Amino acid sequence: MYKIANTQLWVHDQNEALAFYTAKLGMEVRSDVTMPEMGNFRWLTVGPVDQPDFAIVLMAIPGAPVMDEQTSIEVRELMAKGFAGTVFLTTDDCRASYESLRARGVEFTEEPEERPYGIDAGFRDPSGNSFRLTQVADFVGA
Amino acid sequence: MPQIPIARHLLRAKDLADARYAEPLDVAALATAAGLSQAHFSRAFRKAFGESPHAYLLTRRLERAAALLRKTDNSVADICVAVGLTSIGSFTTSFKRMFGCTPSVYRASFPPAAAFARVPACVVRAYSRPVLRTFREDEIAERPIPSAPLTPNLGGRHVQDRKHSAVGA
Repeated sequence: MYKIANTQLWVHDQNEALAFYTAKLGMEVRSDVTMPEMGNFRWLTVGPVDQPDFAIVLMAIPGAPVMDEQTSIEVRELMAKGFAGTVFLTTDDCRASYESLRARGVEFTEEPEERPYGIDAGFRDPSGNSFRLTQVADFVGA
Repeated sequence: MPQIPIARHLLRAKDLADARYAEPLDVAALATAAGLSQAHFSRAFRKAFGESPHAYLLTRRLERAAALLRKTDNSVADICVAVGLTSIGSFTTSFKRMFGCTPSVYRASFPPAAAFARVPACVVRAYSRPVLRTFREDEIAERPIPSAPLTPNLGGRHVQDRKHSAVGA
């Protein structure tokens, strides 16, 4: 079978994203390489410290010739409107994670709330990508 | 750094409506969150999200109200206030326009909220136990034995209260 290795998020600015994902979310940099022969394409990936086999690619929105101007504008718009993707995080303790992330400067759009499936909260990265932070409830038999 | 798209500022206003609908929030407050004048904000919001900020905030409040109608037995008036609306008359009118029926009819079309309340078994047992009735045994000497059925008193106040009649009993 296979595993998911990386998944990609569009970001508004890679330096801004790097600062947010590392300093605020506490992820580690897995790869940060700029390739002159590819028009200075920068492969930038980050991941949770305790999950070494998975990383998020923080991808700048390209212009021509990779992406035509109109598409580039549309992707930027979609990202800024918050419709370009969501990352679902899980945690053993939503309220504790919420407090520590908030202390590091993450602005939450939703505070921790009890739901049928557990406790979860929500925030966005600077680009507008949404994150859920969920503590999944243990199933309790009747 | 590329210029921040205006949509990112509009998204802040939309997030604010989603997070703080219960407060006395209005379009002016949303415009402030986006850092735009109200007229410019309303036009830009509609262009980005396809509906006016007023409509977005109202429908968010009505969505939350509908959830409370399904999940709680709070009164319609309390729910109206809980989602940040002030006039029960216009709440009922808007609700009816969006959902096609009044809040009360909407609520009645779903199972009662008590059916979903996860009241622990110990609480159910504690509050459902009937008050001891003696069948007036102490009066037997003077009166004939009453023909009351030998069942617990299920008409007790606690059992009828929807908040306490729960699953897992």
